[in-house]
Parts: sequence; structure tokens; C-alpha cells
Amino acid sequence: MLAFFLRRLGVMAMTMLCLTFVVFYLVNLEPNLRKLAISQTEMHASDEHIESWLTRNGYRRSFLERYAAWIGIWPKKPNIDPETSKQVSRFTYCEEPSVVVYAGVIEGDFGCSTKFKTKVADKLLPALRATGLLMFWVMVTMVPVALFLGILSGMREGSKLDRSISVISIATTSTPEYVSGVVLTIIFGTWLGWLNGSAASATGDGITFYNFTLPVITPAIYGMGYIARMTRASMVEVMTAQYIRTARLKGLGFYAVVLKHALRNALIAPFTVIMLQFPWLLTGVVIVEVMFRYQGFGLALVEAAGNNDIDLMLSCSLVSVLLVLVTQLISDVGYAFLNPRIRVQ
Amino acid sequence: MEFMSPFSIVLRVVIQFTPVWIAMAVLLTISLLFKRRLGLYGFIIETGNGFAGVSILSFWLFTAIFATYVAPFDPLGQIVSMKDALPGAIESNSGLPYLLGGDKLARDVFSRMVFGSRIVLIIAPLATFLALSVGIMLGLPAGYFGKRVDAILSFLANLILAFPIILLFYLLVSPGILETPIPYALAGLFFVFPIVLLFTLFWSGYRAHPKQLALRLVLTLLAGGWLFATFVFDSDPFHILRVSPSTLNIFAAVALASGPGIFRIVRSLTLDIKTREYVQAAQTRGETPWFIMLWEILPNARGPLIVDACLRIGYTTILIGALGYFGLGMPPESPDWGTAIKESSRLMRAFVHPALPPALAMMSFVLGLNLLADALREQSLKD
Repeated sequence: MLAFFLRRLGVMAMTMLCLTFVVFYLVNLEPNLRKLAISQTEMHASDEHIESWLTRNGYRRSFLERYAAWIGIWPKKPNIDPETSKQVSRFTYCEEPSVVVYAGVIEGDFGCSTKFKTKVADKLLPALRATGLLMFWVMVTMVPVALFLGILSGMREGSKLDRSISVISIATTSTPEYVSGVVLTIIFGTWLGWLNGSAASATGDGITFYNFTLPVITPAIYGMGYIARMTRASMVEVMTAQYIRTARLKGLGFYAVVLKHALRNALIAPFTVIMLQFPWLLTGVVIVEVMFRYQGFGLALVEAAGNNDIDLMLSCSLVSVLLVLVTQLISDVGYAFLNPRIRVQ
Repeated sequence: MEFMSPFSIVLRVVIQFTPVWIAMAVLLTISLLFKRRLGLYGFIIETGNGFAGVSILSFWLFTAIFATYVAPFDPLGQIVSMKDALPGAIESNSGLPYLLGGDKLARDVFSRMVFGSRIVLIIAPLATFLALSVGIMLGLPAGYFGKRVDAILSFLANLILAFPIILLFYLLVSPGILETPIPYALAGLFFVFPIVLLFTLFWSGYRAHPKQLALRLVLTLLAGGWLFATFVFDSDPFHILRVSPSTLNIFAAVALASGPGIFRIVRSLTLDIKTREYVQAAQTRGETPWFIMLWEILPNARGPLIVDACLRIGYTTILIGALGYFGLGMPPESPDWGTAIKESSRLMRAFVHPALPPALAMMSFVLGLNLLADALREQSLKD
């Protein structure tokens, strides 16, 4: 088990390295660097001006060196102004060390956000906390409802209840966040006025039922149908197993069999599905945060991408790739742990 | 400004769709009359979900085909007096109503929804087809040869699967990257796959019949050449389609996002099927590996692949809609549903009516696909 875990960790680190390399390359493309230089110098900067800004701030060092320095396994040299030969920071709003240090993401230095004019860590941590809160509430509403629906429909396959729940699940999986968000806001926000169609106030005033319900329900609806269908499939399979028939023939009541014998085994398969929902939820969260103006990770990502904010974009990529890989790991290890039949040597 | 009553709006919308209703009635009647002779499709249409799915999909298909007859206005045309007009407002010059109102740029919401179906119905299946050919072309050898080939391809697939889709889109479909040759290189690479797939298919299957082989290869080359000229270089020799570089990027992004999933399915199906007797028989006969993969394994893996493709077109539609919602890829005036939802959702507090039609259209189209996929799966479980 430990060897399996360690091997998975190794593959994960390798994947991480490859992906961040690709992201680093794509984010640091020449047009993006030029755009950054233009936005940091005067409006009508000449080509030499742009070039000197890029050289002075270390963007013209070799690609591999910059990548290694960003990770934090290569020392970062301070940027020296050729005229005064003193150390200057890349951006006026972020202090940078004046000596040669290891200052990459491993050391916890994520760089400087040009959009929010602050250190990336100062922006990203509150944003992540806000998104974590949103994801938590989405999971808390989505998972129990989905499991309940799945079990209800899977325990008597082919019944009227099963058919109607199936149609509902198919309908919810056909409703992406940007559709259900619009429809729900129109119904509950504009027409009925029960809920707020914007979560912008959630950052300052804290979350309330009024401003937080729509952002939570919108992604929950989209993911719910899928989990419910997976649970149903798993439940249907378990209900045809020999031990269920034995329990029934023993004279146990139907609901006792469902609750005591079927449920536990039927919930193993959905566990993987639920864990793998997290990366999927990420896309949903980005859409929802943009739609409801909720100041979280998703909105930060969109702002970073839209405003050519290189350091913030890199950190956002790092976080999202890490989230995907960690959930994959948990789902693999957890599945092996829950299901003794496939426990790895 | 004059307005129509709600009842007459509904009536008029139904009337506008007349060519679609006629085509649907013909299609469904023929399908139901001859269902015994239609094989799988005949069985599907007998089930409730299947019938509903086919009806919804044929509705949108015929809407896309007859869009010029269904839509009363030009989807991009602006009539200034109709800015933010409420549903049923009558345009004074032509005397025709804006059935579902006008949007903030004074365009007819109904006509835009109708023409949006064209874009969605072309891009989503085509992008899925592209992803499918990539997945098949790589999944078959990974499963069949195993070992090194499998290790490398699987690692690559897992790499891309670990990439959050939204991030992929932002990196690939951002304006900055359009100034570099990366989108062309990626799209060029992906559009090679369907051509290579067909080439290998015919080469391995018709080697003994040079005449038939030549005919098929020439046809493949012509179709492939047109595909390449139109999509990758945006210079369609027949001027049927215009594909801007940013739209081309959508294909690359979707193929990259869906390809690994299809790859995994094809690979596991191949692993399963290659142990069957008929594959061993073919190996004993001395058939080439590619003949076995494409003519023995692939046809026998079609069941799960069809179900998956059906679900995936729906998923691709959602993805492309999300791209439109973020304003990536599509031009801002495009009438496709995702872009339309984005444009209208900004002003939702003031005007509700431009947001609902594209949202409901998107939902019903994906619902149709999912219902059809469900019916297909039920059917394949019965066999």
C-alpha cells in the first residue's frame, strides 16, 4: 500500500513538472511579455524601451533558468537598474529581495500580481478561502441529494419512481451552470425577488442565505444528475447480488436489506465519482463566480487571464493542477482502501 | 410601438416553425412506419426516452437546415428603434414582430436563436468527430500493442486529463496566443488524424484490390484537402465555410479536452476485445496489426463508442457554450447560444427576455442528446 502510494506521488510530481512547464511556456509567450512591458512603461514606448524593460527585469534570461527560478530550485538574481546600478523591483507595489536568493513557489514566493497590484499570495489566499467555502456548500447540498435520489431510483430498477428520477437526472446533467444560473436568477432574483442575483456582497458582509443560495445551487444542479446516475447504476448492480437475495430469503424486510446490506456496498463506486467531481466543479465554480461576481479563485483566474497578469496566472494554474492531481490521488487510494477486492499489492 | 398579445406570440412562434414541423412529421412518421426494418434506430425510437431524444434533435436539425425560412430577420441586423424591445413588439417598417423581443444591440432574439442552432449544430458534432478520430487512432495501438506504446500514450493522456479544462481554454483560446503559430500547429496536427485514420482504414482493408483502394484514397485525399484548406488555412475553395483562427482554436481546444477521455475508452475496449477468438483467428491468418485493429476490433467496439459519442456531443456543446460565455473563440456578434447567453446575462436585472431563449435552446438540445444516449445504452444493455 505504501509503495503504491509513493509511486503515485512520484507520477504526480512528474505530471506536475510537465504541466507547469507547458503553462509557463504558454503564459510567457512573446506577445504576452511585450504586452506586459507596454503596460508597465509609457503608452508610446519604443521598441528599445520595451526591450530594455524586459532585459532589466529578467524576462530575457534563458527560459529554463527562469522556469527553474520560478519553481525555486535555481537562485533568483535581483534586477539591477543599469543607470543607477541599484536593485529595483519589477513592479512598484511589490518589494523584491536585493540579494541572490532561492525565491520560487517552493519557498512560498508566488510573485506579483499586476492586475490587483499586490503580492499574489495576498490575493490568492483569501480568494481560495472564499472558493473553498463555496465548494464546501456545493458539496454539502449536492452529494446527499444525489446519493438519496440514486439509491431511491436504484433500489427498484424499472419502477415508475426509477424512471421519473432518471429523467430528472438526465435533465439536470443537460443544464450547464451558465444556463441554470440564468434561469434561476430570472425566476428567483428578478421575478420573485427572494434571492440575490449577485454574490458581490458576500465578500464584505459575509455570506447569507439571500446572497449565497443561487451560487451554491447553480453548480450543484449540474453535478447532481451525474452522481445520482452513477449511484443508481451501482445500486442496481448490488441489488442483483447473491447476498441481497439471501438476505431477502432469510426474511428480512426490504428496507432493512437496502439500508443494512445494499447501501454500504453501493456507495463505494460513487466515492470515486464524487472525488473526481472536484476538478469538474472547478470549471463550474469559475462560471458561477463570474456570473455572480463572487470574489473567489475563479474570478481571480479569469481576471488574470483577461489582464495578462503573468504571475497570478501561473499561480492559479499551479493551484488548479494541484487540485486535480490531489483529488485523483485521494480517489485512487481511497477506492483501494474501501474496496478490498482491488487492494494493491 | 405596437405589441402582440402573449397568446398570439406563442401562436406566431409555432407558425414560424412550420417547415420544421412538416419535416419532423415526415421523418417521425416514416421512422415509426418502418421501425422493424431500421435495426437499432427502430428499437430506439420505440422507447419513450429515445423518441423524445430523436424528436428534440430532429427539431434542432431541421431548424438549422431551414433557418433562413424560420427566422424573420437577419441575426446580425440591427433596427435601432427595436433596442431592448419587449417580446411581441412590431417593427414598423416591415410590419413583422420581434417575436421574443430585441437585445441591447437591437437585434431580433428569435432570429438569433434560430441561426445560433446552425453554428452549434456544425461545430459541436464536428469537434466531437475530430476528438473521436484522435482518440481512436491513438487508443487502438495503445491497447493492442501495449508495453512502451501504451506507457507513453497513457502518460500523455493522463497529463492532459490533469489539466483543468477551464485553464486549458484560457491558455489556448486567449488573444495573445493567436499571434503565435501554436493554434495552427495544434489544429493542423489534429485535423491530420481523421485523414490518417481513413487512409489506414482503406490501406489495410483494400490492399488486395488496387482499383477500389485507389478510388477510396483519392476520395479521402480530396475530402481531407478540403477539410485542411477550409479549417486550418481558412481558404475554402468553394466558399461554403469561413473559419476564423479563433474558431479554429475551439476545435483544437475541444479535441485536446475530449481526446484523452475517448482514448481511455478505446484503449480499455481494445484490451478487452483483443483476447477474443476472432482476433486470434485473424492473427493466425497473418493479417497486419492495423487490419486487425481497424477491421476486427473497431467494429466490435462500436456499441459503447456510439453511446459515448452521443453523450460527448452534448458535453462538447456545453463546453463550446462555456467558451462563448467567457467570450473566447467566437466573434462577439456571433449568434451562437453561449455568446448570446453571455451578452444578455449582463443586463439581466433590467431585461430578462434576451437571456431565456438561448438558455432554453441550449438546454433542450443537450437534453435531446442525453435522452438519446440513455436510450442507446438501455438498448445495448439488453443485447
